[in-house]
Amino acid sequence: MRIRVNGEPCEIAAQTLESLLTELGYESQIVATALNQDFVRAKDRNEAMLSDGDAVEILAPKQGG
Amino acid sequence: MAEKLALYDATLDSRLLLGTARYPSPAILAQAIRAAQTQVVTVSLRREAGGSRAGESFWELVRESGARVLPNTAGCRTAKEAVTTAQMAREVFATDWIKLEVIGDEDTLQPDVFGLVEAARTLSAEGFRVFPYMTEDLVVAEKLLEAGCRVLMPWAAPIGSGRGVNNLYGLRALRARFHDVPLIVDAGLGAPSHAAAVMELGYDAVLLNTAVSRAGDPVAMARAFALAVEAGRAAFLAKPMTPRDLAQPSTPVLGRAFDEGAA
Repeated sequence: MRIRVNGEPCEIAAQTLESLLTELGYESQIVATALNQDFVRAKDRNEAMLSDGDAVEILAPKQGG
Repeated sequence: MAEKLALYDATLDSRLLLGTARYPSPAILAQAIRAAQTQVVTVSLRREAGGSRAGESFWELVRESGARVLPNTAGCRTAKEAVTTAQMAREVFATDWIKLEVIGDEDTLQPDVFGLVEAARTLSAEGFRVFPYMTEDLVVAEKLLEAGCRVLMPWAAPIGSGRGVNNLYGLRALRARFHDVPLIVDAGLGAPSHAAAVMELGYDAVLLNTAVSRAGDPVAMARAFALAVEAGRAAFLAKPMTPRDLAQPSTPVLGRAFDEGAA
């Protein structure tokens, strides 16, 4: 299916947020996730089903002011 | 230093909060944190590609500093974006502290105070300890306190401008009105003298980033700001004299030599 990940169009096979992270190489990386602007807790990623047109955000720690 | 600063659940010795962005290198950032003797540093969340370890190594550096982290919602333009970002930050950084930014203007990076109050209410209800980045508006301050904020962070000038205090009267009025609320000047300070000035007004702390990170020598500047904040606080506690328009001799006039008019 076709979704957007961090603002970029992305063709993916994953059905859940958890498997998306694996598919895109985020495994064991420290990240937080949101699906269509709603926060998804790490422990809920396996139940977060993806659909065509979804927007996923995958964020990591960064310098900030 | 015996006098402590209470911010929510924390009791701090340092009154200088430091941003972690735009340093020449991670090593200089680490040295600047030490030189500033800061106990709170701000951090953020940004998009990262799969397989990158940049965020992780930065987070490791911050943890090694021993400072408490204050994640921000920098760049968020709606209450919804800010709330979601705060929730994500709480999971990653394992803290319920959040520096709440809802930006309303591209040129000045001025906060959208309506979105700010809305997000502050939502986050406070969810157990966050909110540090709102605000203008010096008294009514906005009142609304933020009603929304559950127990610390307020007015700007001095636009973020990264280094202008110092734009509205001295406004900051004075805010301090006078909310004398028992911790007030932190966040944004716009450029030089240690600016930091000393707001501390002399009775502000409880300052939050800096660009003034340190973009200085020619960020580590030395971090130290200079630490000294200025400490001096400003000491001066406030010592109660500065009231300025006058006319001169008043400091040396006693009575007994002056060559004073033919004296009885």
